[in-house]
Amino acid sequence: MADRYIEPDTPELRARWGNFAWTEANAAKAKEIVARYPEGRQRSAVMPLLDLAQRQVGAEENTQGWLPIPVMEYVAAYLDMPIIRVVEVATFYTMYNIAPIGRFHVQVCGTTPCMLRGSDDIIAACKKRGMKAGHITGDGMWSFTEVECMGNCASAPMVQINDDNYEDLTPERLDVVLDALAKGETPKAGTQEPGRHTVEPVGEPTNLAAMITENHDYRGEW
Amino acid sequence: MPKVTVDGVELEVPAGATVLQACELAGKEIPRFCYHERLSIAGNCRMCLVEVKPGPPKPQASCALPAAEGQEIRTDSEMVKKAREGVMEFLLINHPLDCPICDQGGECDLQDQSVAYGRGGSRYHEHKRAVTEKYMGPLIKTMMTRCIHCTRCVRFSEEIAGVDEIGALYRGESTQISTYLEQAAKHEMSANVIDLCPVGALTSRPYAFEARPWELKKTLGIDVSDAVGANIRIDSRGREVLRILPRVNDDVNEEWISDKARYMVDGLVKRRLDKPYLRRDGKLVAVSWNEAFQAIATLNPGNSIAAVAGDMLDCETMFAAKKLVGALGSSLLEGRQTGMDYDTSSLAAVNFNTTFSGLETADAILIVGSHVRWEAPLVNTRLRKAVKRGAKVFLIGPEWETTFGGEFLGEDLSVISNLPNHVWETIRDAKRPAIILGGAALGRGGLEAALSVGEQIGVVRELEDGTTWNGFNVLHMAAARMGGLMLGYAQKGGLADIVAAKPKVLLSLGADEVDYTKFADSMIVYIGHHGDKGAHAADVILPAAAYTEKAGTYVNTEGRVQWADKAVFAPGDAREDWSILRALADAFGVGLGFDSFEELRNAMIAEVPALGIEGLADYGSVLPAGGGSASGLIAYPVKDFYMTNPIARASATMQQCSAELLHGEEIAEAAE
Repeated sequence: MADRYIEPDTPELRARWGNFAWTEANAAKAKEIVARYPEGRQRSAVMPLLDLAQRQVGAEENTQGWLPIPVMEYVAAYLDMPIIRVVEVATFYTMYNIAPIGRFHVQVCGTTPCMLRGSDDIIAACKKRGMKAGHITGDGMWSFTEVECMGNCASAPMVQINDDNYEDLTPERLDVVLDALAKGETPKAGTQEPGRHTVEPVGEPTNLAAMITENHDYRGEW
Repeated sequence: MPKVTVDGVELEVPAGATVLQACELAGKEIPRFCYHERLSIAGNCRMCLVEVKPGPPKPQASCALPAAEGQEIRTDSEMVKKAREGVMEFLLINHPLDCPICDQGGECDLQDQSVAYGRGGSRYHEHKRAVTEKYMGPLIKTMMTRCIHCTRCVRFSEEIAGVDEIGALYRGESTQISTYLEQAAKHEMSANVIDLCPVGALTSRPYAFEARPWELKKTLGIDVSDAVGANIRIDSRGREVLRILPRVNDDVNEEWISDKARYMVDGLVKRRLDKPYLRRDGKLVAVSWNEAFQAIATLNPGNSIAAVAGDMLDCETMFAAKKLVGALGSSLLEGRQTGMDYDTSSLAAVNFNTTFSGLETADAILIVGSHVRWEAPLVNTRLRKAVKRGAKVFLIGPEWETTFGGEFLGEDLSVISNLPNHVWETIRDAKRPAIILGGAALGRGGLEAALSVGEQIGVVRELEDGTTWNGFNVLHMAAARMGGLMLGYAQKGGLADIVAAKPKVLLSLGADEVDYTKFADSMIVYIGHHGDKGAHAADVILPAAAYTEKAGTYVNTEGRVQWADKAVFAPGDAREDWSILRALADAFGVGLGFDSFEELRNAMIAEVPALGIEGLADYGSVLPAGGGSASGLIAYPVKDFYMTNPIARASATMQQCSAELLHGEEIAEAAE
């Protein structure tokens, strides 16, 4: 996290993003989002609007999207709020990218359950493809971040790539996913374990086994 | 009124008080960093932990916990001691131990509290965080590694100054306090964050590495950079004033001062007049006091003498000059240097009658011809408070960036008499209506027109609680104005009367805004401290003392009489103003009736008793009727906030602020 820094405000950045404005579709969406909040509380919409702006930038650049300074200023002006408050939000939440990003943002969970299930190998597999933190690979495809728990411990290890999670990974399964993404295909999101649908137990349930067939009362056994 | 027990002592606290305030009422000291009486409660430093029963069995942040009936609060238990030590240990994890080279050393909350409440030694051997320095403008020096993220500065700029420009970026350990894109903090009160900062993260840039607090002599003074009369503490070492800090006075400046009041002090050692000068063959030549007085003795003005008072004068100087002019048989006195000629027969009509703290309670405010942010930044914060309480503000005059919203009605004075309907109805139906007249609105019939509006809406009225509300306010810009008016420094026709009288000798008492070309035939004797416009036009210059170099009585725009002490001696041959005037009387061969400062002050109080009582002078609440109509475009007299008086104009810091903050020039930062 400490390596997150706002992309510096340069004349080139201003030239590229200075005239950022909502696309027609996003303008309608932005209006709808702002309308969710009471009159005078429009600035509550800052988070969804920043996300919308990030996605619009992403669509323009064909990347996951990020928030250049002029875009944050645009959102601040749109909501009539001080720019510093927008920057505070954008820098606080790590799902807002505040520096340029690749086509796919690979976020590998390295927290304890994933680590125990082999996230180190996953990270090594990513590194092999030239990914490293705070860096976009030469072809513009991959950005890499090691993140903390994403809440998929039951199907660890996992990575999040843009909007989708890929779980139950091994280095080989990750390669399949990444290759498919690189080819422009859409691999199946969620668990990569054959035969598993979501995070249901693999094989027979081992906990509360007596509850499978009936509403068993365990209280007597405590 | 809940009853609580603090360390076994039962006491009653006001409803709505916090546990921290309850402890303070009980006389217990609670260490804190983020909590500040005048800011919102953040509760993020955790230093104020106390033990409270009933409640969870763990220490609680007292600043954010409301005091409730029957609470048992302990500030002296083992749990509290351990909690404070623990919090302090965490705060010090990332705080550099660079106190020997830190400007906050000696007046640092963190330093003091770690001695008082911290552990004896450190158990931390890992790396410390380092944060890049942030640029915050020419006044605020930053060392962000020292920051403990109390967010006082963020809350100050948002809540008090009303300019959101400082924020906490990133999160957790990476949190950094910064202005947007490290732009300079651009408002008139920005340097107050230096006082608020409990550590050495934000320190004073002009004062960097100048002195340690224990070396300084502290003198209580009154600020003269505007007519608010902010209470200040003048810190000096030897003969030099090193810095100025605000004093707490809830009626006047709360605990803030404007950047100009704080930082024009370096102008006190620049462009000073430290020798008498005489104009010989068109050139000013340095002479001795004797030669200067001999030259003056030959002037022989008779009763053709007049005195013009400058904006930063104390009452004693003005009184001594009045006596001198009077002894020679003249009564030509004027203080309104720019030629304003509003009627001063009723001082209540040219006074800030609501008082500053009273203004906070107003519910509809009409501001005419005042750029309040530049003319009186401290009144601007009061306006902001009033608006936060629901007041509606309307302004007449060219638009400026207010920090409280408000509706601009037009740029012409004639709007006073033709208020739009919704404005008229709002101020008419208000419970506590207030009118504020700035310097730009006093002339051209503006005062009378505003008085007439005031009369129609009943701006002076009995409130439901039986007190009298006088909502008619005039916001002056000169620290000497109200004192001058009380001493009679006003001609019916203003300065024009003095010009028309063609005095043989014109005593200019630090008057630097006068158009001296109109006095081409007069001998101009300038008694002042800076080589500014007045000195350029003078025929005789007598070097005098600046506001830090003499004791004096000042009356602010509320009519509040306040006394200032002398901090340092005037430089070189310069003398205190009253003694120069006393010597002038000898040169002119007349007597003034006093030989010491005490005698002078007693004589002044005998003549104007109100000047002898600290506090608000009573001008009555009867306003003249007014009437007539005003017209003319309003133009604010202050063109550059940082350059309004000779001291500020001589100050390198103020020049830099003016260039960088107002004129947007990039000033290369001096290599440090």
